[in-house]
Amino acid sequence: MAAPLPTPDPMLPRRYRVTRAKGEIAGTATVELAPIDGAPMTFSPGQFNMLYAFGVGEIPVSISGDPARPGQLTHTTRDVGLVSKAIVGLKEGDMLGIRGPFGSAWPIEAAAGRHALFIAGGLGLAPLRPAIYHVLNNRADYAGLTLVYGARSPDELLYAEEISTWKSRLDTEVEVTVDHARPGWTGRVGVVTTALPHALAGTDPATIEAFICGPEIMMRFTLQALEAAGVSSDHCWVSMERNMKCALGFCGHCQFGGDFICKDGPVFRHDTVAARLGLKEL
Amino acid sequence: MTRAPLHLPDPTLLLAALLAEGIRVIGPAPVQGAIAYEPLDRPEDLPKGLSDSQSPGHYRLAETAPGRWFDYVVGPQSWKKWLFPARQKLWSAERTADGFELGQPDEPWPRTAFFGVRPCEIAAMEIQDRVFDNGSFTDPGYARRRAGTLIVSVNCARAAETCFCASTATGPRAEAGYDLALTELATGTGLLLEIGSDEGARIAATLALAPATPAQIAEAKATSAATARAQTRAMPEAIAGTLKANPEHPQWEDVAARCLGCANCTLACPTCFCTDVEDVTDLSGDHAERWRSWDSCFSIDFTYVHGGAVRRSGKSRYRQWMTHKLSAWHDQFGSSGCTGCGRCIAWCPVGIDIVAEAHALSAPDPSLPAPAPHEEA
Ligand SMILES: Cc1cc2nc3c(=O)[nH]c(=O)nc-3n(C[C@H](O)[C@H](O)[C@H](O)COP(=O)(O)OP(=O)(O)OC[C@H]3O[C@@H](n4cnc5c(N)ncnc54)[C@H](O)[C@@H]3O)c2cc1C
Ligand code: SF4
Ligand code: SF4
Repeated sequence: MAAPLPTPDPMLPRRYRVTRAKGEIAGTATVELAPIDGAPMTFSPGQFNMLYAFGVGEIPVSISGDPARPGQLTHTTRDVGLVSKAIVGLKEGDMLGIRGPFGSAWPIEAAAGRHALFIAGGLGLAPLRPAIYHVLNNRADYAGLTLVYGARSPDELLYAEEISTWKSRLDTEVEVTVDHARPGWTGRVGVVTTALPHALAGTDPATIEAFICGPEIMMRFTLQALEAAGVSSDHCWVSMERNMKCALGFCGHCQFGGDFICKDGPVFRHDTVAARLGLKEL
Repeated sequence: MTRAPLHLPDPTLLLAALLAEGIRVIGPAPVQGAIAYEPLDRPEDLPKGLSDSQSPGHYRLAETAPGRWFDYVVGPQSWKKWLFPARQKLWSAERTADGFELGQPDEPWPRTAFFGVRPCEIAAMEIQDRVFDNGSFTDPGYARRRAGTLIVSVNCARAAETCFCASTATGPRAEAGYDLALTELATGTGLLLEIGSDEGARIAATLALAPATPAQIAEAKATSAATARAQTRAMPEAIAGTLKANPEHPQWEDVAARCLGCANCTLACPTCFCTDVEDVTDLSGDHAERWRSWDSCFSIDFTYVHGGAVRRSGKSRYRQWMTHKLSAWHDQFGSSGCTGCGRCIAWCPVGIDIVAEAHALSAPDPSLPAPAPHEEA
């Protein structure tokens, strides 16, 4: 019964300090963070962290910053409840506990040579942004870059300014659509799938690697539309969301059939989850 | 050191030897009419003359021949209560001038022996070992407690009506996973003591026991074989594939109509591992703690995400529990999550029987066309 070697406890957060806090669309904010001690966190696009607000609780939030700048750990959070409210309310200088990075990543480097198609719904743009940055940083490595982004209304378009700068690049296609317009909106109206045919026009579907994140129902319809357009499901990637308490595969909450979304996901290749996505209440 | 089986006249001799070494011994104790696992402070604390009667929705302690030591089988608790406590402080945090500081509780785990571990319970621990060291992450507290615990097992000389370990290949005799293993021989003739580790051999040596005779060894084997034959329930062998292929089987509605969603089965199950966390602060708000406690997939909040729970119907929650246990577990951890211990059967207030449900779910779904002859299940 020799004493086992002490193992670092994956349940214990590391402390970070907010270096910048920025309001986004209503109820949503982005924070940049630096560790109190130790090296900055390196991560892969699509991974997430568990963010702990002192005394309030801990929630999973995707990393939304540039993977090439790990010193600027970035999270974009929407206030939907107790913990997210505390995180959205953080100010420069505040402290936060973080565990991570967790989960699988968008296989963005492996997609070099292909046409990267990002399809986001609502806040689903946040977990895609690190992968978009990667393609923008290495644009010559990719055959194409297209972003199709849908939100409920013009007021709910996340990172709107940044999207305009992407749109102004000649090597980037951006299609933005809203479910419900407001007076003055001159852009496209309709759910994300209605913007797809235009976005895909002129692109050989066999060259596309699609990365999709948004509400599950939006992802289901998008995947159907992609399949109809000839994009094969082993070149489509989705990010899933479930209740999770530990991100380590211990708490059991995020199970999705045989997978733990926290460690086997959140990013899955569509063909590996397609049958399960069709089952209700799985 | 010899690993040949020995003859132990009386299990309290072994218990006394462990206690004499200052080892904390946790073993069976009748508590509120059921066998629980509690510290045994004196050799005479080991119960004697007890058996049990178990059936769906039913558990009673019973008396047996006064000379018998281990005729009862598993009760509502399992060793997970000790290795994976129902409520556990993960860490605490103190507010400071510029943020907070984190600290972890010092959890003493004295040198411990689990005394009277059944073969299905060894299997359960080995299953939880794979849960809490899953290839990506290790729960250090669990690992430390597990490594600091000796296993003294008991091969069952009697099965309850709810037992089906023979069909899940997790009992009624343990071939490995113990430091010392006991098999009770005919009443009053002592026990066979088998040695499974160097530490077990060292402790056995302190007892200066006689080697077991070939007849005693043969008797122990025959006892285990008879216990296996006595089991009336059997888990269908193909159940993992059957459940995966039948998420919409009408039997799920049938069982959901009976299930109360009380979570007894998940609490009693020695392999269920789901937890919730709770963040608490004191009145000043300057001291915060994070606690982890057992949770159950039968609770509706279990799958809560913004907007509502994913598994709202009782059907989806029962399906999750059983499909996880018997099917998805193979994908996750390389084995079934069921040890055939029967606890969920005995402790279900409405007597839902996982084996009976497994058989019902193995019957063809009448709403589906009959499978082609060579189609895979
Ligand atoms: C992998 C992953 C990545 C995510 N990335 C982001 C992100 O980048 N930005 C963002 O704003 N949100 C993200 N979310 C959702 C975010 O975790 C939830 O909004 C948050 O948990 C809500 O907690 P709350 O205490 O504020 O709300 P409450 O409604 O009070 O939540 C109560 C509890 O339910 C659970 N819960 C509620 N909603 C969710 C949910 N959608 N997902 C998981 N658990 C939930 C939480 O455990 C929470 O403690 C992500 C979720 C996952 C699983
Ligand atoms: S599912 Fe039931 S029989 Fe199987 S290990 Fe759990 S409690 Fe025992
Ligand atoms: S199966 Fe029985 S023990 Fe389990 S939740 Fe349903 S009623 Fe409770």
